[in-house]
Amino acid sequence: MDKYDVAIIGAGMSGIAAGIRLAHFGKKVCIFERHYAPGGLNSFYALDGRKYDVGLHAMTNFVKPGIKAAPLNRILRQLRIRREDLNLSEQKRSRIAFREADLKFSNDFELLLSEIDREFPDQVDGFRELVEDVKSFDDSRIDYPYESARKRVQARIANSLLEDMIFCPLMYYGSSTEEDMDFGQFVVMFKSIFLEGFARPFDGIRGIIKLLLKRYREVGGIRRMNTGIAKIEVVDGRAEKLILDSGEEVEANVILSSAGLPETNALCSEDWLGDSDAQPGTLSFTETISTFGKPMKDFGWGEDAIVFFNGAERFHYRCPENAVDLESGVICVPDNFDYTESEFSEGIVRVTCLANYDLWKSYPEFKYREEKEAWRQRIWKSAKSFMPETSLDYSKERIAFDMFTPTTVERYTWRKRGAIYGSAKKHRTGVTPISNLFLCGTDQGFLGIVGSMLSGIAMANAHALR
Amino acid sequence: MSKDECKQVVLDIIAEIAPDEELSDVKPDVALREQLDLDSMDFLDIVMELRKKHGIEVPESEYGELVSLDSCAEYLTPKFNALV
Repeated sequence: MDKYDVAIIGAGMSGIAAGIRLAHFGKKVCIFERHYAPGGLNSFYALDGRKYDVGLHAMTNFVKPGIKAAPLNRILRQLRIRREDLNLSEQKRSRIAFREADLKFSNDFELLLSEIDREFPDQVDGFRELVEDVKSFDDSRIDYPYESARKRVQARIANSLLEDMIFCPLMYYGSSTEEDMDFGQFVVMFKSIFLEGFARPFDGIRGIIKLLLKRYREVGGIRRMNTGIAKIEVVDGRAEKLILDSGEEVEANVILSSAGLPETNALCSEDWLGDSDAQPGTLSFTETISTFGKPMKDFGWGEDAIVFFNGAERFHYRCPENAVDLESGVICVPDNFDYTESEFSEGIVRVTCLANYDLWKSYPEFKYREEKEAWRQRIWKSAKSFMPETSLDYSKERIAFDMFTPTTVERYTWRKRGAIYGSAKKHRTGVTPISNLFLCGTDQGFLGIVGSMLSGIAMANAHALR
Repeated sequence: MSKDECKQVVLDIIAEIAPDEELSDVKPDVALREQLDLDSMDFLDIVMELRKKHGIEVPESEYGELVSLDSCAEYLTPKFNALV
């Protein structure tokens, strides 16, 4: 039987980052991944000879090199990865587009301030106070009590339209809870999107994953793909061994699981979660990816890299009653980052919307395909009303198309209900009642590419290194 | 190993952990954290590298001994010399 110091479940961002830390310091580590591709929730694939990212819009948390305490620079130091090797290009600009107001923002926070001053002059002082609240919040603490972010924001912002516009990007890019967020999570997201910013590698997520795997290999880490964990054998409150899908058995002193909280519990031979926390997240998404024969600037698409849109009177972030919520969403144009290496010859538009897992799951194969096609057209129509006018015909210029639904996410990531942001309740310490089993990744609490890596690093440091 | 050599060992480790830090004029009697932008994660790395590279164990209760270059030298030099 193979025996490891640490077994890591899942070759996503958090698992690989944890693996690098542990292998670097001499631990015998193995990452087990059921899928054939690495990346977890942030993976990549090819279809009809064209390369796709599973879900990457942009990497949040972008800061300039000098700011050492910033999460991006911290993870680079911890993983001993050179910043240049990430090959990041900054966004040109992004926008929060609601029917009654429009706010542009970029990696220079002053732009958002001036935009709020333009659209909501009587609210800008309150917004500045909110920024101070965010900056003074100590988000390095692991255990802070739940506080409603809506209430904290309402204490500073008296205009519900502005309130919704602030929440829209923060929720879409990392809230596992409906309609409101924990203020601590709000702070993390506010910093990562507004105070820090967006960047993207020209090659998308592939480059980042390849870089991480190269580093993991260099330090002697072992990786087994197509190798799922079927069961964790628990004896007297300790994980004694892992049983692989093949039936093979493996031993590990410590197990770090990025599979998710209910998912990890379900792997164990003893239920340690009970009913209360066991609920998988309720928020799931669909995304359409359209590829056009020309770059988006030929369609008159301006500088916007990401557009967070909402056409309803109030912005609602919740599981929709229909298969897809057409009122709001996120449009991503990967062309619009300041790449130095090259330009996109093909234009890509990704549109993300909230989706109803139960409905998508209920459709039989044939009906599923029909619904996908119908919703694809509705989503495009809804997003188009927030896109620039063009004399070109999008449908004639489209050369490729793909779309994922909550069930696609579930099929490839084994994340229950396709809930990409995981369970509503986070377990920030990573500790479980099983003495040598710890959580990392989405359900530990940090989200996004940088957040996931930070989660893997922090959990490896806390539970497997000392 | 002399205390100066020991300080250089610590500086070499810091250079590897935080390549963008300016290390040429670190004051030996001033806390490292006051001069360099090192957080608790970085200090953990100094401890881990001492173990990995040199076989030196620093128990968690004694992390405080690594506050400045001088204190590092006082604390670590006997440990280095005990190795040979």
